This record gives sequence, C-alpha cells and structure tokens, in this order.
Amino acid sequence: MSSSAPAPIYPTAMQEGLHGCAVCGLISRPAPGEDEGRCPRCDEDLAYRKRASIQRTWAYLVSAAICYIPANLLPVLKTTTATGTDYDTIMQGVVLLWSPTGWPLSLIVLVASIMIPSAKILALAYLLITAQRGSVQNNQQRVRLYRTVEFIGRWSMVDVFVDTFTAALIQLQPLMSVAPAPGLLFFAAVVVLTMLAVESFDPRLIWDAASLKEVQHA
Amino acid sequence: MSSQSYNEPVGDASLIVCQHCDLLQRLPELAPGASARCPRCDKELWRRREDSMNRTLALALAAAALYVIANSVPMLGLTIVGREASTTVLGGVETLWQDGQEIVAGLVFFTVILAPALQIGLMLAIVLGAIRAPAPRWVATLLRHHPTTGTWSMIEVMMLGVLIALVKIADYATVIPGVALFVLGALVFVLAAMQSSFDPCEVWEKIEWADEEARHNVSDGQMPSRT
Repeated sequence: MSSSAPAPIYPTAMQEGLHGCAVCGLISRPAPGEDEGRCPRCDEDLAYRKRASIQRTWAYLVSAAICYIPANLLPVLKTTTATGTDYDTIMQGVVLLWSPTGWPLSLIVLVASIMIPSAKILALAYLLITAQRGSVQNNQQRVRLYRTVEFIGRWSMVDVFVDTFTAALIQLQPLMSVAPAPGLLFFAAVVVLTMLAVESFDPRLIWDAASLKEVQHA
Repeated sequence: MSSQSYNEPVGDASLIVCQHCDLLQRLPELAPGASARCPRCDKELWRRREDSMNRTLALALAAAALYVIANSVPMLGLTIVGREASTTVLGGVETLWQDGQEIVAGLVFFTVILAPALQIGLMLAIVLGAIRAPAPRWVATLLRHHPTTGTWSMIEVMMLGVLIALVKIADYATVIPGVALFVLGALVFVLAAMQSSFDPCEVWEKIEWADEEARHNVSDGQMPSRT
C-alpha cells in the first residue's frame, strides 16, 4: 500500500508481443509484423484483446437496458380463476410472495430479479466507462466487480423458472390456470443480453492503462 | 481470417498468462490440491488436481445417470379439491410453448435440458477421448466448446426457481415433490464436483496440435510437464 516504493514492472503478454490463448492457455508469438494469428495447439483465432470488446459490450448492455423497462412494467404471469383474470408483474410477484413465512423467498426473488439485473447493467457500464477513459484506479476492485457480475448473473434466471413451473403445474381449468405473459420474454432477454455483455467484455482492458503508465515511468 | 498463419509457440511450458490481466508469469511448483493465483489481480491461474481424469470420468458417469432419471420422472405434482396434476422438466417447456412463449420455451429448454446434456456428454467424450496420448483433434474441438455449455447450464438456478414455485403453489394446493426434484438436487452437486475435478490443461497437453510441426519444435527443447 505504501507509495514510496516504486511499483514493480510486470510485463504483460502483450508488452512481450505474446498471445496467451484464451481457449487452451498456450503462449505463442505471432509472425513478425503481425498482431493476430492462430494458436498452433487449439487453432483459436488469436488477438491481443477481444476484438471490438468495448463496442460489443455496449451494444449488448444498451439492448439489455432497453429490455429492462418492459420487463418490469409488463406482466409476467396471467392468472385466470372463476372470478376473473389477473396480471402480475415481477414486482407484484414479490409482493404476493411476501408473508410471515414466505418472506425469505420473496427477498430472493426481489434480489435475483430486480436488484441483480439493474446492478449488473450499472456495474458493466462503470467498467466500460472507466476502461474507455483509461482509468488506473481501483483496478483490483474493478476486476473483482467483473468477476462478481460474471458469477452472479445466471441467478437472475430464477424468475423465469418460477413462472415456467408455476404455469406448468397450475392448469386446472376452469378452476384456476396460470399462463406466462409478454413481460417474461423481455425479462429473459435482459438476463441473456447481460450474460452476453459479460462474456464480450475483456477484463484485461482494466489493466492496460496501468501497464502503459508503468512502461512510461520505467 | 482462416488465411492467418499459425503463431510460433513459446517453448517454456512453465510460463502462464493471466486471463484476467494479461500478466506473464512463471508457475511455481504446486503441491496436490494447491492453486496458484495471479499476484496482480488474484485470478486463480491453475489448480493442481489429483487424479483428475479418473475422478472426472466417474462423476460424469454419475451425472449422466442422474440426468436421465431426472428427465424421465415427474418433478412436481399437486392435488387440489380431488384433482391431480404433475409435470416433468420438459412439461414446463411444453406449457410455455403452448402458451405462445416459444422463445422463452426455447431458452428454458436450452438452459435446463440441452446445455446440461451437452455439459455431461462432452465431458464424457473428452475424458474418454483423451485416455491415450496424443488425443485426436475432435477432442480439441469438444474441449473448446465445453466451457460454453457450463455457462448456460442452469440446473441449480432452476432448482431454486422450482422451490419458490412450490412455496407459491402451496398457498392454493397440496404440493407433492416428485422423485426428479431430489435427483436434480443431487445432480447439482455432482455437476459442481465434476467441473471442479476437471483440469482442462491436462487434456490440452495431450492433444494433437493444429500445427503439428510446431509441437515437434517445442518438444525438441523438452516440454516440462506441470504434474
């Protein structure tokens, strides 16, 4: 933590002109004058960084943010009973589940379906903006944030499964039947798009500005 | 893109590049079960696993058996005023499809039926195909796509969703947890164990290279094994 000692200069594979294969881990050197090449072991198409990572991640992220609005405003479930038809959004589902005994599950749905997707979108936007601005601060925290988003993202799918199996089971016409409603498609789209965004982001971009600085100071 | 030439491999097999920060470093000698972490970003670089291939094979076989059972018996049932209903995993997908949610039905099918099947099936093929060295090229093709199947295989998430659905339905009807529910619960742990016992590096070291000439150049300057 002390800033008096000069930071050790770590060479990155890119600084050494080497490709670390993302598929098989083999380290190889592209042909002289080339930036790209193929991995001699696994045949992966290699580049120093994922191609157009920032642009692709933004594209997925903006699409996810757009789908997030109908996902929360449109109903995800339609309940038909003898007395009429009810539509529930995700938030109404959380409220319905809230009871003296059911509140922990209600909390899981609230966190997984509402808080995680929005936190994911914000976190990825933060990572993209800081990477684009060449930030050298909080690198460890930023890569940890990336890993958290990567690890936690799949759990947002939980609401899709809740609605799927509620609808599959409650088919007791004319007494009561439950069917999925249009919001579910948008909600599933948010989860898939944010997962694709995480996959297209290259965490090495977080470190590139710092590596560049160290070289300049050396 | 295919016109690109092959890179020249770096002979020193103890070097490793961190996938999360691109740091080039030398892998230390590791005791069994120990792992090396990147000093800069704390990413786990490699874990030395004991008897990885045999354990992975055993767990993949167990997972395959559990998977078949889980998908052939009912997962959930309910009774309400004398009427009964039950559903399998696939039944949930069918209902979504019939209700006009074809895309979501496809996604659910992919994440809880197709992706787990591929995750287990590819793993079996990879481990069996890599028994003898050099392993044929098709093992490389499967191994390269195997991580994707793991990303999209969401049985553990589905389990949580099913449990929440159970609690929701319990308000209106008597729910009967089916055999598949317990089998799926076991499968979640077997799959996790299978993934963590598998060491892709060990298989990659056995695989026939895309550019066989390069491999011979490397092995001339001896290729120290990591194990």
